Amino acid sequence: MMTFALLLASAPNHLWYYLPLIVVVSLVYGATRHELMGPILNHAVRAGVWITGFMGIILLILLAVSWRL
Amino acid sequence: MSQTSEKSIVVDDSIEVDLRNPYLGALLAWLIPGAGHLYQRRYAKGVVFMVCILSTYVFGLAMGGGHAVYASWREGDRRWQYAFQVGVGIPALPALIQTANVRSGGEPILDDMMAPPRDVNPRGDDDLARWNLEHHAYFEFGTLYTMIAGLLNILAIYDAYAGPFVAEEEEDKDKPPPDDERASGA
Repeated sequence: MMTFALLLASAPNHLWYYLPLIVVVSLVYGATRHELMGPILNHAVRAGVWITGFMGIILLILLAVSWRL
Repeated sequence: MSQTSEKSIVVDDSIEVDLRNPYLGALLAWLIPGAGHLYQRRYAKGVVFMVCILSTYVFGLAMGGGHAVYASWREGDRRWQYAFQVGVGIPALPALIQTANVRSGGEPILDDMMAPPRDVNPRGDDDLARWNLEHHAYFEFGTLYTMIAGLLNILAIYDAYAGPFVAEEEEDKDKPPPDDERASGA
């Protein structure tokens, strides 16, 4: 837990680099599924939320695994 | 998605997409992200792909000080990441020219940008170590960004070749049920 907290605290700025990646990955993924901008943006928002949720779950699992470290 | 002719398809948005020459579209999409879609007159998607993929690539390259993309397959420095980065096409090809220059004993152009490390030292006292020291985590971030840009362009290339991908279940979900199914369900 302590190691994990230290790791997160040592690189808070690095986490911001995740945002542009999520935006472009979601937009490109949405654009490969639809042809019009409306459905592309809808799909991109859903994909962005899904990826963020998935990564949040991974974060929680890592947090639980490293709890006693 | 249904096939109406060799060149045009109808997608789930109920619009017909003219892929023109899909092979040329795919080639252009690889050479310059978004160019294949612009050739197919799919302007909005072309701009989305171009802006998203190229900005990710350029941002990543800048973060790594111009060194995040290079081509090398020497013992001790196998740059497998380049296989993904080259997915963006022309923007990643100068790395091959730089490698050819350096390996033939010449000087790299563009102020060392995309040039491979000149020496490989297992103890870590080499160009790669210096780049990591100078750019800290941003060298790895840059590598990751440029790799993701290349991978995203592979999706765009497929889209230029075959049109929007629609999974079987999604396609079936949107279709009205057949008459006999409706009758038995009623």
